Amino acid sequence: MDSPLVEGRNLTKRFDSFTAVDGIDFRVERGETFGFLGPNGAGKTSTMRMIGCVSPISGGDLTVLGLDPMTDGAAIRSRLGVVPQEDSLDTELTVWDNMLIYGRYFDLPRAEIRRRATELLDFVQLTERRDDRVDPLSGGMKRRLTIARSLINQPELLLLDEPTTGLDPQARHLLWERLYRLKQDGVTLLLTTHYMDEAEQLCDRLVIMDDGRIVAEGSPRELIAAHATREVVEFRFASEKSRSDALSHLQNTGERVEAHADRILVYTADGDKVASFLAGAGDTAQAASILVRRSTLEDVFLILTGRTLDD
Amino acid sequence: MQTPPVMRVVERELLVSRRLWRGWTSSHFVMPLLYLTAMGVGLGDIIDDRGRTVDGLAYMEFVAPGLLAATALMLAAGESLWPVMVGTKWLRTFHAMVATPLGPGDAYDGILAWTALRAFAGSALFLTVATLFGGVPSAWGLLAVPAAALGAAAFAAPLIAYSATQDSDATFPLIMRLGVMPLFLFSGTFFPVSQLPDTLQPVAVASPLWHSVELCRGATRGDLGAAAALAHLVVLVSIVAAGRAWGRRSFTRKLVP
Repeated sequence: MDSPLVEGRNLTKRFDSFTAVDGIDFRVERGETFGFLGPNGAGKTSTMRMIGCVSPISGGDLTVLGLDPMTDGAAIRSRLGVVPQEDSLDTELTVWDNMLIYGRYFDLPRAEIRRRATELLDFVQLTERRDDRVDPLSGGMKRRLTIARSLINQPELLLLDEPTTGLDPQARHLLWERLYRLKQDGVTLLLTTHYMDEAEQLCDRLVIMDDGRIVAEGSPRELIAAHATREVVEFRFASEKSRSDALSHLQNTGERVEAHADRILVYTADGDKVASFLAGAGDTAQAASILVRRSTLEDVFLILTGRTLDD
Repeated sequence: MQTPPVMRVVERELLVSRRLWRGWTSSHFVMPLLYLTAMGVGLGDIIDDRGRTVDGLAYMEFVAPGLLAATALMLAAGESLWPVMVGTKWLRTFHAMVATPLGPGDAYDGILAWTALRAFAGSALFLTVATLFGGVPSAWGLLAVPAAALGAAAFAAPLIAYSATQDSDATFPLIMRLGVMPLFLFSGTFFPVSQLPDTLQPVAVASPLWHSVELCRGATRGDLGAAAALAHLVVLVSIVAAGRAWGRRSFTRKLVP
């Protein structure tokens, strides 16, 4: 078996007395898209920064591209692409200058940078904006420029920290589509996200993180099969009274019942059957809406931690 | 052949300044004109008319090297405060650097080297203008350019280090008013330090600017002794070295925690 591209064993990150990453184990294989899914504060960014060799590890072991970040940081970084959570573009300069400057950080020859930058701006659909200043570009365009910039050194591994946070749906879909193409071209992608749809769309494999720990690992399909049921029925209520009346009727239906402030979720193999359960209940126990849907990673997270990803 | 990391950072600064050159070129040219006209000509005429000299020099000859060193210091202050905040926090451009093979120490060194280079270029321009004004009696005056650049580096080295420890620019205006301006005025720039009250003279002598003013003035006057020159150089180089040690540490703490 090939050696993994990234491997963490009991990886830990502490800031003073605060433990951001609490002994996690994971391996990322060449060519796969691997995700860290979890809410804000779960330790995803700290993990990503250690892998990107911009944050020393506090404990455990980490190898990236077969090298040790403590001693070979610069050598590793020369082979990585990084799309940070917060933009770090030279906003006063043009799109083109940003590519040029970043390429020079890697000491690439100017002619080579020009050749690659032309291709990359085409790839992220910014060719027409190459001589424009970065500042007035939309959030989606800035993200795409950051991705183009991160590819200037033809990295073996691309790190994306919350790549679509703050973007509108259209910009997100455009970005996903570009990332999907990179994946098809064989680039190994490592991403963090707190959007379950992003993780489902892009990741071959992912770990779910909560409070600095990994709580589950697998492909999206495996995770759903292992931790959730096939379907979920979402009951929403107009009043607190109808919710609590309905809850007593639904209590032992399905495999699992999760009661929230405004809704009740019932996990079951047969959603339609559970959806009809309230029909025989009294008027006071009627739901305002009932939705039968397939389980998602969001449900997996909820079942594992008792909280939603947005918490 | 690898380009040294520090040069790659300088290249960025060069490209940025090429795009934004209008502001600073004009200030490098206009500032010396204004200062030399106001102080050297305006004030100098009054002093000369009374048949007075300052330290045995016509006032223009006295004040031109002082202004040369002081302008380099102002330039260093300008590069060492807000632009550092831009890199660490506002645009996070230093964070972009350290995601590449460059490290935090390279980012610091690059900014410091760039500041010294700018001070060198600005000082060369200043010296040219000052020569036209008759403020540079000796050809040794050419050495005032590297001397002013070294003085700028000695000021920038600890100031850049300090700026990287800050999370906001709240203290920066205070540093300008209570740190940079007094140095600018009282380091033997416009009048000899011997005019200061006895208690303040040691303070002025401790300032990096006094050492670079003395070097610059010794050069333009053409009579600086080797021993004095060496002493000033040792002080300035030591400040650069200490500031750099601090700066590389504070950049590391800020950028790769």
